[in-house]
Amino acid sequence: MIITSDLSKKYSGNEVLNIESLEIPKGQSFGLVGNNGAGKTTYFSLLLDLIKPSAGFIKNHGVQVNESEEWKPFTSAFIDESFLIGYLTAEEYFYFIGELRGQNKADVNKLVAQFEDFFHGEILGQKKYLRDLSKGNQKKAGIVAALIGNPDVIILDEPFANLDPTTQIRLKGIIKNLAKKQSTTVLISSHDLMHVTDVCERIVVLEKGEIIKDLETSEATLKELEAHFAGTDIQ
Amino acid sequence: MIKNFLSLEWKSFLRSASFGKGLAVKILMGFFALYFIAMFLFIGFFMDKILLETYPDVDPFVAFNGLLFFWVIGDLIIRFFFQKLPVMSVKPLLTLPIKRKGIVNYVLGKSVVSLINFLPLFAIVPFGFKLIAKGHNGTTILTWILVIVIITLINNFLNFIIESLSAETELSFLPIIVFVGTLFGLNHFSILNISEALSRGVVSISENPIELLIPIIILVVLYAYNFKTLRKKLFLDSGLKKEIKEVYTSNLEWTKNFGDIAPFMQLDLKLLWRNKRTKSSVWMLPLGLFYGLFFYPQPAYQDMPWFFALIGIFVTGIFLINFGQFIPAWDSGYYKLLMSQNIKYEQYLKSKFTLMALSVMILFVLSIPYVYFGWEILLAHFVAAIYNLGVNTHVILYGGSFNRKKIDLDQKAAFNFQGTGAVQWLIGIPLMLLPLAIFGIMYAIAGFEIGCLILGILGIIGIIFHQRLMKVITKKYLESKYKMIDAFEQNN
Repeated sequence: MIITSDLSKKYSGNEVLNIESLEIPKGQSFGLVGNNGAGKTTYFSLLLDLIKPSAGFIKNHGVQVNESEEWKPFTSAFIDESFLIGYLTAEEYFYFIGELRGQNKADVNKLVAQFEDFFHGEILGQKKYLRDLSKGNQKKAGIVAALIGNPDVIILDEPFANLDPTTQIRLKGIIKNLAKKQSTTVLISSHDLMHVTDVCERIVVLEKGEIIKDLETSEATLKELEAHFAGTDIQ
Repeated sequence: MIKNFLSLEWKSFLRSASFGKGLAVKILMGFFALYFIAMFLFIGFFMDKILLETYPDVDPFVAFNGLLFFWVIGDLIIRFFFQKLPVMSVKPLLTLPIKRKGIVNYVLGKSVVSLINFLPLFAIVPFGFKLIAKGHNGTTILTWILVIVIITLINNFLNFIIESLSAETELSFLPIIVFVGTLFGLNHFSILNISEALSRGVVSISENPIELLIPIIILVVLYAYNFKTLRKKLFLDSGLKKEIKEVYTSNLEWTKNFGDIAPFMQLDLKLLWRNKRTKSSVWMLPLGLFYGLFFYPQPAYQDMPWFFALIGIFVTGIFLINFGQFIPAWDSGYYKLLMSQNIKYEQYLKSKFTLMALSVMILFVLSIPYVYFGWEILLAHFVAAIYNLGVNTHVILYGGSFNRKKIDLDQKAAFNFQGTGAVQWLIGIPLMLLPLAIFGIMYAIAGFEIGCLILGILGIIGIIFHQRLMKVITKKYLESKYKMIDAFEQNN
């Protein structure tokens, strides 16, 4: 359960995020959509305590994230390439993250082996440093690394961008599976309305830092979202 | 077009995220420049006197030309370390209607407008005019000045060729060492008397201005070669596509002995070995280790034992200083990851500490042969090592919490000031000057042994309070966490 309460982030007087209240129950697959500058990445950064809230707080499983570090053991994320360590190979990177999360090499190998078709043979055993992989392949490595150690909460910022169609479809499978079978809370943001409606049980629309829609995904959701972003929204 | 390029560069300088701090470094560089100009002017005005003193029977003009070979060699070496081809971010320009030729000519042309090309003039012009005043032929001297200018420019473009070669090899100093070494060797062992030939050539050209064509042709050829290679590099794919070498991974199992900091130590060792910038701080190790050899063999320093402690700090602490001053900026590329991962700051810092402490111990053991120059030196090195272990490691870690500058690990390292801010200059005071002062004063008051004792005691106090100091340092890092994350995300 992630509880957001009266959260606000200001940059030199400019409010970029203002969420009065948002509760994400455990095991939900949660989607965040919005145009550029809507505050999606800001929210995720606050959730990971990478930036300081101007007011309010987020509680992740009862731990207030900007007060205690106890949320770290059960939370993992892939926001952008700065979550990768460029001078490691993919395997070394997985083992490093594994060690931080209390997993030995065998555990990591077992987990990573499940994603062989997701990797499409382009990640493991490449004898290449992560910095030398293509953008898409870097992203694949980063996403899988975020799954190491069975975290309860996984945060992925724009996971579908830069991926090829085959990988996008496989990633959707992975995310659905996480939320359904392992009751992991998955938070993703995306510009692709189709993908989010396909994957997420619940979708929240941000605009200029505020929540303007909170939808339970149904048949009609995609239409409603498209109408909203096209500007032909009828209330 | 040149106007556009210049305005782009001016904006990138003014609007860079670290403008304020960058400015401080630039002002400092400005002072250095003024200092060098003054030095060269001084040399220029007194060149004839200096030369007459050294070679009383030779005309200063002839004597100077005789030394020209060493001037050229020295110029090349200095250039190699200090002069880089001006950088320009060309990627956004490639798709615009700008001729590639224009970009290349601009970059090469800009390299000419560098202080290092003007410095010789400050020495040569006063020297030349004094020669004319002393009765030398005016045309000859003016032509001669022109020759020196052309030679300077030849060096300018020769340097870029050498640098482009060195960018391709793993040992980046190799091309310059081979090139200069060969020239020097040929000359020194009189296989080819380049020095003599150069001197005669320059004199001959000065007397027959028509022969100026020869150096000009050499200059044009070098420029054309640079132009060709640069133009070839000016395609998007050649900039993007790097040569990817197959990598070998090792387990570094021995780090497991260090318990819970093992993953970080493995990471740090890989960081050191796999990135250009850090690799050169490894190459600095032998350089630092031999630092004492500059001083100890000279009898003048034998009588200055108060100086030994500083050399000891340097010899045993070269890695500590080189690596430590950029903690945690080494990890700036993936700092967000570390901050959101399941790690304790304390372990992260402890790994850095262990690495530095190990380096001090290893370097001390390697420096034991200095005992050849006297037991005092060994003792001074020993207490300096203890001081490094107990005090300097903590000081440099604490200083790191003020680091706000990102480091790009792939950049070449020699004289790369990226990531350098006021912190790096200030930290030198407690790191080197403080122990020098303590030791020096104690030596003056109470003698060598007491000085050593005090330095050693300070180090031991630091070691005893290690845990507590680490707590304070960790707290400091936690406090500046958000600022560091934000700063490391900025470019430049």
